[in-house]
Amino acid sequence: MPEITYVEAVRDALRDEMRRDDRVIVMGEDVGVKGGVFGATQGLFQEFGGERVIDSPLAEAAIVGVAIGCALAGLRPVAEIQFLDFIPPAMDQLISEAAKIRYRSNNDWSCPMVVRAPCGGGVHVHGALYHSQMLEALFAHVPGLKVVLPSNPYDAKGLLLAALRDPDPVCFFEHKGLYRSMRQEVPEEEYLVPIGQGKIVRPGRDITCFTYGATVHEVLTAAENLSRDEIEVEVVDLRTVRPLDRGLIVESATRTGKVLVAQEANLAVGVGAEVAAIVAEECFQSLDGPVMRIGGPEIPAIPFAESLAEVYCLGPAKIETKLRELAAY
Amino acid sequence: MALTESAPVGVAGLTRERLRSMYQDMLLGRLLDQRVLVLNRQGRAPFAISGQGHEGAQVGVGYALRRDYDWIIPYYRDITLVLVMGMTPRDQLMAALARAGDPNSGARQMPAHYSSREHNIVTGGSPVATQILHAVGVAQAFKYRGEDKVVVASVGEGGTSEGDWHEGLNWAAIHQLPVIFLVENNAFAISVPQALQMAVEHVSDRAAGYGMPGQSVDGGDVLAVYRAASEAVARARGGGGPTLLEANCVRLQSHSSDDDQRRYRSAEDLDEMLRHDPLERFRVDLESSSILADGEADQMRQECQKVIDAAQAEADQAPAPDPASALDYVYGEA
Ligand SMILES: Cc1ncc(C[n+]2csc(CCOP(=O)(O)OP(=O)(O)O)c2C)c(N)n1
Ligand SMILES: [Mg+2]
Repeated sequence: MPEITYVEAVRDALRDEMRRDDRVIVMGEDVGVKGGVFGATQGLFQEFGGERVIDSPLAEAAIVGVAIGCALAGLRPVAEIQFLDFIPPAMDQLISEAAKIRYRSNNDWSCPMVVRAPCGGGVHVHGALYHSQMLEALFAHVPGLKVVLPSNPYDAKGLLLAALRDPDPVCFFEHKGLYRSMRQEVPEEEYLVPIGQGKIVRPGRDITCFTYGATVHEVLTAAENLSRDEIEVEVVDLRTVRPLDRGLIVESATRTGKVLVAQEANLAVGVGAEVAAIVAEECFQSLDGPVMRIGGPEIPAIPFAESLAEVYCLGPAKIETKLRELAAY
Repeated sequence: MALTESAPVGVAGLTRERLRSMYQDMLLGRLLDQRVLVLNRQGRAPFAISGQGHEGAQVGVGYALRRDYDWIIPYYRDITLVLVMGMTPRDQLMAALARAGDPNSGARQMPAHYSSREHNIVTGGSPVATQILHAVGVAQAFKYRGEDKVVVASVGEGGTSEGDWHEGLNWAAIHQLPVIFLVENNAFAISVPQALQMAVEHVSDRAAGYGMPGQSVDGGDVLAVYRAASEAVARARGGGGPTLLEANCVRLQSHSSDDDQRRYRSAEDLDEMLRHDPLERFRVDLESSSILADGEADQMRQECQKVIDAAQAEADQAPAPDPASALDYVYGEA
C-alpha cells in the first residue's frame, strides 16, 4: 500500500469518484489550473477539464448556492471554500437552503453535495484570526447538515468517498495542519468510512478522551506520557460531529467512568459541550468524576504572533495536565 | 502622461515639490515592500503579501485625499497608500516581525491588515469585500453629521464578485454618499484571471448599473490616477455622491509568500508586466522633464533605504506581545 499525505488522500478520493461518477463536479476559488491553494484539486482540471472543475468567481455564497442548484438538477457537486474562515457569506445558502431542502419539500427534493474547507491552525501555522478558525459547531447545530472532520489520510479518503455518495449535504472540514504533516498507508482501491461512526484510536481503562481533527494527535501524545505512570487513557476520534456516535460515546464513558473532551475550537457552546451533555444524561451512574472539557479560550481566534498563538493552542502539555487532574479525582 | 517642458512648475496642478514627493512615496513603498519579502525569505517574517505594481494607483489616490481628515479602508496591497496617509515603515516592520508595538493590531492579525485610528485608517479583516459596506456606513455617518469628509475603500477586482460589493455600491448610490470605491485591478485573483471573474471588460462598466459614475484609469500612470481621483473626491465632497474608480495595475509579485505565480502565468505575461511598472514609468517621466535631476532617484533610494534600515533595527529590538495580553480586548469596559 502506498503511503500518502492527507491532502493527497483528499485529492485521490475526488479523482477516483470523478472517474467513477460523471455527475461529480468540483467548484471553488483557484481549484482549476492552480489545483487549489493547498493542492487538494491538483491534476483534476487537467484530467477532467473546465466543465467539471470550475474556477469560480470570488463569491462564497455563489459557490455554495450554485452547487445547491447543481444538486437539485441531479449532479453531485463538491464546493470548495478556500478557507473555512471565508464560509460566512455562504451561511445563508447552507443553513437556510441546503440543510432544509429535503425537510421543507416533505422529501420531494434533496441536496446531495459536499462542502469542503480547510480549517484549523496552530502556533506555527501563522494563519492568524482569519486563516485558522474551527467553526464546526456552527454547522453541527443545524439539523439537515452532516459535519465530518477526519484526523488522518485513511479516514480522509474513506470519509470523503462516503460523503460524495451521501444523499444529503455534508460539511467536510480538513485540518490544514494535517495536510502534509503525516503519511499513512492508504489503499488504492475504494473503501468507505461511514459517516457518524467514531473510532477508538487508543484503548484505555482509566479515562476516555473524546476528540477529533488535529487534536487527536495531541491527545495521543499526552496519553502516551500518562501511560508511563500507568494511567491508561482511551482516545476516541469522533470523526463526525453531526451526527455524533452516541453509542460509542456512552459505551466508552460507561466503561472508563471518567471523561475529558478536547477540542481546538473555542470551548464555550461547542461540540465538547454536546458530548459532555450526552455523557451527563446517559452515563451519570457510571461516572467517577466530573465530565471535563478543554478547548480554545474566550478570544475570537488564534492570533498571529507566536507568543499569543500559544495562549490559544492546546498542545499535548496542556492536555496532559488536564488528564492528570481528572485521573487524580 | 508624459511630462513636458511646457509644464515647468508642475503638472496636473501639482508643484514640482509635490511631484517629487509622490515619487519618493512610491519608492519608499516599493522598497519597504521588498524588505518585507526579504525578511520572509530569511524565515524571519512568517507571511508577506506584496503591493508591488500598485504604487501608482495608491499614491495617485492618496494624494487626492486630505491626510488625517479623509478616511480610508484599505486592503492588503495598500502598503504605499497607508504610508501616504501617515503610517511609517516602522509600523509595518513591527507587523511583519509580529512585535507587540505593531500599531495595526498588536501582532494579532497577519501583516498587511492595515489599521490606524490616528490616521483614519479603518481596521479590516481578511474576508475580501466586507470593507465595502463599512465604507458606505462611514460615508453615511459623514453625511448625517454634515461633514465634508470623503472615504475611500479599496479592493481587488476579484473582490468585486462578492455580494457585499454589489450591496454596498447599490446603497451608496441610492443615498449619494461621499465614498469612492477604488478597484485595484491587477487582472488576477490569486490564480483566477479576470475573464473567469466577470463577463465585462472593465469593472467600471458596472457603475451605470448601480447608478454612479465609473472610470477606468491606467494605474501605471500615477498622475492619471491622481486626476481621476481628485475629480471623484471633489464630487464626493461637494455632495455629488459616490464614484467607482478602477485603476489597472500589475501584480509584479506572486499573490503572497504562499504562492508562485509562475505556475499559472506565462513567462511572456510576467515579462510584459515589467513594462507597466508605475515606479519606473514615473521616474523616466520626471527625469525627462527635469523634475528629477540625473542621479537624484538613486539618492532618494538610498535615503529611503536608510529610513527602512533604521525602522528594521527598531523592530528587531522590539519585544513580542506579552502572552498575558492575548485575552485582552474581547470586550470593552461595560
Ligand atoms: C471572502 C474571502 N474569500 C476568499 C479569500 C481568500 N483570498 C484572499 S485574496 C484572494 C484573491 C483576491 O483577489 P483580488 O480581489 O483580485 O485582489 P488581489 O489580491 O488581486 O489584489 C482570495 C481568494 C478571502 N480572503 N476572503
Ligand atoms: Mg486582483
